[in-house]
Amino acid sequence: MRAQVSEPPPAATARTSGSPIAFANRLSDLRWRPAELAFWAAAAAVFFVLPGQLVLASQIAITGLFALSLDLILGYAGVVSLGHAAMFGGGAYTAGLLANHGWDEPISGLIAAAAAGALIAFGTSFLALRGGDLTRLMVTLGLGLMMYELANQAAPVTGGVDGLSDMTVGKLFGVFTFDLGGRTAYAYSLVVTFGVFCLCRRVVRSPFGLSLRGIRDQPVRMSAIGTPVRRRLTAVYTLAGAIAGMAGALLAQTTQFVGLEVLGFSRSADLLIMLVLGGTGFLYGGLAGAAVFMVAQHLLSGMNPVYWQFWLGLLLVLAVFFAPGGITGAIVARWQKGGRR
Amino acid sequence: MPGSLPGVLFDGVAYGSLLFLMSVGLSVTMGMMNFINLAHGAFAMAGGYVCALGMERLGIPFLATLPLSFLCGAALGAVLERTLYRPLYRRGPLDQVLFSLGLTLMAVAATTWFFGPGQRPVRLPSFLLGQLHLPGLDLGVYRLFLIAVVAAITVALVALLRGTRFGARIRASVDDARTSAGLGIDVHRVFALTFILGSGLAALGGALSIDVLGLDPTFPLKYLVYFLLVVVVGGAGTIAGPLAASMVLGVFDVAGKYYVPEAGAFVIYGLMVALLLLFPGGLRRLAR
Amino acid sequence: MTIRRIPARYLPIAAALLCAAPASAAEAPIKIGVIAEFSGPFAAYGKQIHGGIKAYLQQHGDSCAGRKVEILLKDTTGPAPEVAKRLAQDLVTQDKVDFLAGFGLTPNALAVAPLATQAKTPMVIMNAASSVITTKSPYVVRVSMTLPQVTVPMAQWAARNGIQKVYTIVSDYAPGLDAEAAFTKTFTAQGGQVVGSARVPLKNPDFAPFVQRAKDAGPQAVFIFVPAGEQGIAFVKAFTERGLREAGIKLIGPGDVVDDDVLEAMGDATLGIITTHHYSAAHESTANAEFKKAYEAANGGSSRPNFMAVAGHDGMAAICQVAGKLKGKLDPDKVMAAFKGLALQSPRGQIHIAPETRDIVQTVYVRRVERVKGALYNVEFDKFPDVKDPGK
Repeated sequence: MRAQVSEPPPAATARTSGSPIAFANRLSDLRWRPAELAFWAAAAAVFFVLPGQLVLASQIAITGLFALSLDLILGYAGVVSLGHAAMFGGGAYTAGLLANHGWDEPISGLIAAAAAGALIAFGTSFLALRGGDLTRLMVTLGLGLMMYELANQAAPVTGGVDGLSDMTVGKLFGVFTFDLGGRTAYAYSLVVTFGVFCLCRRVVRSPFGLSLRGIRDQPVRMSAIGTPVRRRLTAVYTLAGAIAGMAGALLAQTTQFVGLEVLGFSRSADLLIMLVLGGTGFLYGGLAGAAVFMVAQHLLSGMNPVYWQFWLGLLLVLAVFFAPGGITGAIVARWQKGGRR
Repeated sequence: MPGSLPGVLFDGVAYGSLLFLMSVGLSVTMGMMNFINLAHGAFAMAGGYVCALGMERLGIPFLATLPLSFLCGAALGAVLERTLYRPLYRRGPLDQVLFSLGLTLMAVAATTWFFGPGQRPVRLPSFLLGQLHLPGLDLGVYRLFLIAVVAAITVALVALLRGTRFGARIRASVDDARTSAGLGIDVHRVFALTFILGSGLAALGGALSIDVLGLDPTFPLKYLVYFLLVVVVGGAGTIAGPLAASMVLGVFDVAGKYYVPEAGAFVIYGLMVALLLLFPGGLRRLAR
Repeated sequence: MTIRRIPARYLPIAAALLCAAPASAAEAPIKIGVIAEFSGPFAAYGKQIHGGIKAYLQQHGDSCAGRKVEILLKDTTGPAPEVAKRLAQDLVTQDKVDFLAGFGLTPNALAVAPLATQAKTPMVIMNAASSVITTKSPYVVRVSMTLPQVTVPMAQWAARNGIQKVYTIVSDYAPGLDAEAAFTKTFTAQGGQVVGSARVPLKNPDFAPFVQRAKDAGPQAVFIFVPAGEQGIAFVKAFTERGLREAGIKLIGPGDVVDDDVLEAMGDATLGIITTHHYSAAHESTANAEFKKAYEAANGGSSRPNFMAVAGHDGMAAICQVAGKLKGKLDPDKVMAAFKGLALQSPRGQIHIAPETRDIVQTVYVRRVERVKGALYNVEFDKFPDVKDPGK
């Protein structure tokens, strides 16, 4: 008899040193590859090349940051979460409530939101990090749903389903107002996302990051060699929570509104889809997945307001069949085969 | 209001029976092949639409639509298993999640395209309406019917699992697929047949649930959480586990709403979290 | 590029064309950006609103004040404020719409309101029903209704008609709580007693326990508010199944529970339900008859318009009337001034926009569900004229 519901075998690509993920995350390699520089240059270029799409672009950047935080725990530490929106929403409401009560400086709101996200993550880590994959999936889901209900019940404070409006978000650095075209919003979101990305990149290529990957693949062996597994997982979960909180704050500040669905199940579920579509374990996967998913959603729903979900679903099904390891995984695997280093 | 406790229990058991019927297929397929099929609700929805449209457009009586829903769900399961699911057995859980969610979105949109976004209510035959008045207790006739049907199916399933060779093969494949294959059991065929059975049961559950839960194209997404809840809390791979879990969840949900309505949704989610932490392998551990 | 000398005989034509050029600016179309829900669980909202807009265009042609009307549809997919805001930003900065309209859900409307102020674009609310929306921007006008506006008359009617004890059941979210508060305040002020209350979670599949609780409390009537559509069906089913009708308990509430869109599908279980609302498809007037005919012609014969479709229709009527008054020159502040005090002969009855609040003032009817010519309708039998939004 099996002792418990056996955890599904980790994706085969993760283990061998020749795998795309290992290829992309080699420990010693902290240099920026040309492709990475091109990616960020293109992101910056959007500011000048597509001035009419900056609002969408800023929301893509924010979602990319959110996906990055999920990639840390899912792609690198192997923790499946369907309730990541709890930290995102916590950060959004923190920034929103500060702005609502007159504290209109954006950067300090961002930091407060990161702290809130970290706190929520740390507090729930004791429940969320236990058990196998399926258990964690359901516990995080349940916690996320409970937070949603909590915010709904606290309607006098959070605005409930109607949402939190009347947010006065002041000038960024006292100079840049959040304008109608989304220029400040995009620059702000992109810079924050890039900064956090650099931090994450440093973290995952450190011994700490390597130990996380070990924990993801072989938790029992890791604890056998003396790694404090629980502590590491709690640490990365808290870090991911802080980043998710920052993403939430960015959304609240750039839209001057916090709706209840920042804590909703579909936000967590969509995020998971975006990350898996983009490819877990590469850091770029979340960004790529967010971009592809949101652009596809935008274009498809513009073309056909009612039935676009069908094409989106089809995109996902095709991605699973033809792009295993997600978009980024497929690209990196192609490079590997091409012999490029 | 202690006198209303039997009524609450009755409602809870009826609700739980419905959840069980829809989730049992998911439990066995998840336990057997570790395949996370989030599109399971789409099969339930298919059964619901077969029932509703069969009655509306073809004039088929309600009771006759039930086996029809089962067969349609099973057929759909057979086709999809062969074409789409089979290539994905070896893939990791995340790919399966992505695939099944994509399939669900397609099902929701396609259903909206063909049948419109509105609700599909079903007119039950008059002998299933109303209440049975016992001393001190009013029992809904339809809920009695539900409990009876699900009880019958459960007995049949247990008989299948415990009393037939096929059932033995299912149990062997759930416990250890590799060894079973080594013993000559065609695990893939067993799984395919189980998937078909599970889809058929989901469809039947969908048809039966229209009156209680409503039916519209977003059904698979709305109730996905409940199916997963029952399967994970109960423990994938068994019948007893989800049965216990759905009864517990059904009763507590109804009781919570009745006695502590202010707590609202907290009861069921809090209970789920608590049960998962106490019984990480699922409630089926209690049976061992 | 060779420069050709224009023959002299063409000069008068050229001159005429040049004179006509400035006038063609007035022929630029009036662009209306409709932001609503067209997919997901609230897809019926957008469908009805758009249906009402199409009915108006069917009746009156697609130009206002000599300018063609262009409708741009954008799907929010549900309660998604940042999507609504982004769509509104796109509509305002890229498509340069003259009006923003639609808004089936309150959070989406609230997120877009500051944008309307920033961009000085008039915003016409065609469904979202929270009182506060019109206070969020001086460029917001509403042509639909507010929940307190249609709930308070219910309390007044109930108190006047022998109902003393009521049990309230509302969905547990802001509009539900608004309805509960509005009803309770008015009803108790008129001498009635609320014997108990329950708040049902918004994503609730099963009403049975709540209805059972209500039955056990022994009221004369149950006051119900749930969002229009599927929740109404589920609730009425539970109400009938538990035998409350046999126990003589009436069902009262704002008209959302017997929304025209789903009424026929709900079946005979709804007969006798008394509600207060601002529009019933059974309203007897020439305007309504014409509207229904145009709605069917524009949307396919089997559909029935509901209160959201009427709001879509009246929103278009208001926009066209304002455009006519301003002779096609849509300066935003003049548009808002023209909206204030605007009166319309709507399919629902006579309505006007209150100048101080930019919110709608209309007659609220008391209706009972009856079978008329073989189909279920909300038949009006009493009314409260000129009801303002009590929330302001």
